[in-house]
Amino acid sequence: MSTVAAQVHEEEDHGHHHKETFITKYVFSQDHKMISKQYLITGLFMGIIGIAMSLLFRLQLAWPEQPMGIMSALLGKWAPDGVMDPNVYLALVTIHGTIMVFFVLTAGLSGTFSNLLIPLQIGARDMASGLLNMISYWMFFLSSIIMVISLFVEAGPAAAGWTIYPPLSALPQAQPGSGLGMTLWLVSMAIFIASSLLGSLNYIVTVLNLRTEGMTMSRLPLTIWAFFITAIIGVVSFPVLLSAALLLIMDRSFGTSFFLSDIFIQGEVLHYQGGSPVLYEHLFWFLGHPEVYIVLLPALGITSEIIATNARKPIFGYRAMVASILAIAFLSTIVWGHHMFISGMNPFLGSVFTFTTLLIAIPSAVKAFNYITTLWKGNLQLNPAMLFSIGLVSTFISGGLTGIILGDSTLDINVHDTYFVVAHFHLVMGISALYGLFAGVYHWFPKMFKRMMNKNLGYIHFWVTAVCAYGVFFPMHFIGMAGLPRRYYTNTAFPYFDDLANINVVITVFALIAGAAQLIFLYNFIHSIYYGKPTEQNPWRSTTLEWTAPIKHIHGNWEGKIPEVHRWAYDYSKPGHKEDFVPQHIPLKKGEEELQH
Amino acid sequence: MTILLTFTVLALIAIALWQITKIFELSQPKKNNNQVADDDDNRWNGQLMFAFLIFIYAITLFSFWKWGDVLLPDASSDHGVEYDNLLWISFAIIFFTQTITQALLHYFAYKYRGEKGKKALFYADNDRLEAIWTIIPVIALAGLILYGLYTWTDIMTVEENEDALVVELYAQQFNWKARYAGEDGVLGDANVRFLQDFDGKNLVGIDATDPNGFDDIVVQELHLPAGREVIFKMRSQDVLHSAYMPHFRAQMNCVPGMITEFAFIPTITTEKIRQNEDIKAKVKKINAIRRENSQALIAKGEEPLEPYVFDYLLLCNKICGASHYNMQMKIVVETQEEFEKWIMDQQTFAEVIQ
Repeated sequence: MSTVAAQVHEEEDHGHHHKETFITKYVFSQDHKMISKQYLITGLFMGIIGIAMSLLFRLQLAWPEQPMGIMSALLGKWAPDGVMDPNVYLALVTIHGTIMVFFVLTAGLSGTFSNLLIPLQIGARDMASGLLNMISYWMFFLSSIIMVISLFVEAGPAAAGWTIYPPLSALPQAQPGSGLGMTLWLVSMAIFIASSLLGSLNYIVTVLNLRTEGMTMSRLPLTIWAFFITAIIGVVSFPVLLSAALLLIMDRSFGTSFFLSDIFIQGEVLHYQGGSPVLYEHLFWFLGHPEVYIVLLPALGITSEIIATNARKPIFGYRAMVASILAIAFLSTIVWGHHMFISGMNPFLGSVFTFTTLLIAIPSAVKAFNYITTLWKGNLQLNPAMLFSIGLVSTFISGGLTGIILGDSTLDINVHDTYFVVAHFHLVMGISALYGLFAGVYHWFPKMFKRMMNKNLGYIHFWVTAVCAYGVFFPMHFIGMAGLPRRYYTNTAFPYFDDLANINVVITVFALIAGAAQLIFLYNFIHSIYYGKPTEQNPWRSTTLEWTAPIKHIHGNWEGKIPEVHRWAYDYSKPGHKEDFVPQHIPLKKGEEELQH
Repeated sequence: MTILLTFTVLALIAIALWQITKIFELSQPKKNNNQVADDDDNRWNGQLMFAFLIFIYAITLFSFWKWGDVLLPDASSDHGVEYDNLLWISFAIIFFTQTITQALLHYFAYKYRGEKGKKALFYADNDRLEAIWTIIPVIALAGLILYGLYTWTDIMTVEENEDALVVELYAQQFNWKARYAGEDGVLGDANVRFLQDFDGKNLVGIDATDPNGFDDIVVQELHLPAGREVIFKMRSQDVLHSAYMPHFRAQMNCVPGMITEFAFIPTITTEKIRQNEDIKAKVKKINAIRRENSQALIAKGEEPLEPYVFDYLLLCNKICGASHYNMQMKIVVETQEEFEKWIMDQQTFAEVIQ
């Protein structure tokens, strides 16, 4: 099946890859390599906005209500006398969350690397449908534009938190951001979801049908496994968010009562009867929790690949790694209730969700231990990509462990929605996935842009970021355990929290340094695209197929025949071979056993 | 003008950073100018990995030493003691695992740093090893799950009983109200439709046709008798709120259109906890900070800050709008006698609407 499809594709390709205009090559390109670059650059652009917002509200938290020139410069009338307005604070945390979770770590990460690597690593000429792939990117672009436009709305952008729980998000009377800003948020997200679905379907079909000769599922690199399973989770859960968004739009604009009931606001009793905000919470988190793994699994897949390559060792426990991806994917769809232990749902449900949630720790632990064992007795090439991958394992452990507390319904009672949660999920999914993104960029930059990035700037980028990430989020656990709720504009309304002011200053200083360190990356990235050192074909001496493709990007990826695959992706330092890596397309020697893993 | 100035400064900083990185890059020897790590890189980055392990330990210890005193004091409720036990057991497991795994990860990164000509060990699988690190978490988690579920059921099972005090917590943007059931021990029916009755004096929307409502008492300060079970019925009139009482390890969302519940037995009166050593130290520290801040205020010709006295707090912990950060109510825990005396002085619904 896969060969037939590949051949058909091959024949098709011969006809029409000669005449390319600027528009078809750089703008409305159907080539997966170009689309992946488009995803990456759009994602990075959104990332700059998201991170800049976090720095602004960190300034407010460290020096609450003190006039700052930068506030009036960037926020204008929303920061009268240089002091950020409380509604704007909420808008900033809302848009920061939305942008980072969806636009940077879903589209920017998965979109970039699924697109780049799925065809190249499975040995396909392109995605199953180049057209859908192009449409997927442009819908993502459109949704990004709408989200950015929503920042300039008169009453401000959406401000109900990235989870946009109704009634706050449904009623313009409840906060200014719930007017036009929220409408644009919903429209943007609806388009984003459609884009994500088109992308995911394409990834699934491509992995199932377009694998080259010999590329069985059990020989797939772990990156592909991760992208494939991520796409499946996306297809299963994103439509539910779309339905939640549609019902919310109906409540907002057409007077239905899906999520609203018995409301008195601004001196007026509203007509809504019989709806329940808890229903919205269920629908939201049915996507919202799998979303964590949509963000995290691709990062873990990238890390698996980079750690094995640079340890010059096979990934330890390939089968267990695949099994744990599957287990995490399955469990991720039945744990959403742990975001709702104290939402008013039946406590018995809380017990069920505690059980399923804590089970996730088991495949996660297997993954962490397998990474560590992969390092053991390796010959570690500590380039920037490898450092970010090791950094990912470190933050994945530090952040994952506190999940044991949050996933336990009992313990969640008192830390729910405090800064402890903020610290937890930023480490385990925010920072970890961001490290995965950086690791991927450093590792596959030569493949994408035919040049190399500057190593030493990469080192500075990593070490400053690594220290600051812990500097920001470790102390945050303490203010959470002190009982400070998240999404507070300032804690000065409570003298009880006065002793947390110093910690907030420490956190903000680390955050500012971390933000500055990203400029180094940005410089390195842009500069290297034009002036980086030209790369060799296989700079990391890697086994996977993408490095057998020529450096120059050609439509269809390989001149002539697609390489055939004869072994798994992890034959590093295999005894009996002169080199410390044996690429997948090299046939087994006489008498050589393919490790049956 | 300030705007222009700020932008200029920002632009200058960006350009400066750009130039510094460029100089840095140009100063690198040519051979280093690609991304493949050589032995030198492996050595110093390996050493930094080891240093980073020490950094992780150091920041952990430093934070406990420096900020250990900001953590919540021991629980002031009956179930809170169980809660704290489970919390510290979980933390013990977390710190143990964290210490060991981070050590292995970073030590291996240092110890097995690459050298030219060295070959890695081809080691792809070990079923027994993997079984071990699957089973160990299984056992640890089974224990935690069972303990957790036992405590959870215990906390969340709310049974109506004669002795319990029933209190309604009523949330609205951006304040709290509490309603006591009065002498009959039954809260009168209520709905947001009745909020405008009696010229707005019907603060929580009590149904005036329900006789149970007339002796209800609505107040802005929550008083609780120590040693007696309190059953909270939560309501909200507009958006989601969450009634968070951190010192009692208690929290429940307030959802428009439904009534949610939480119950606990407060054990330590406000008077008594103010004598607690941890609280005394904390209050002292806070007042030192406030004195310092006051001096700055006085210098500007403003009013100094009031000295701080400890009180239990009810906070809103679900984003609810602009003043979410200031939606609070004082909680007073007192003896049964004091509580009865206090409630006698409050006006009933019947008295308010007269």
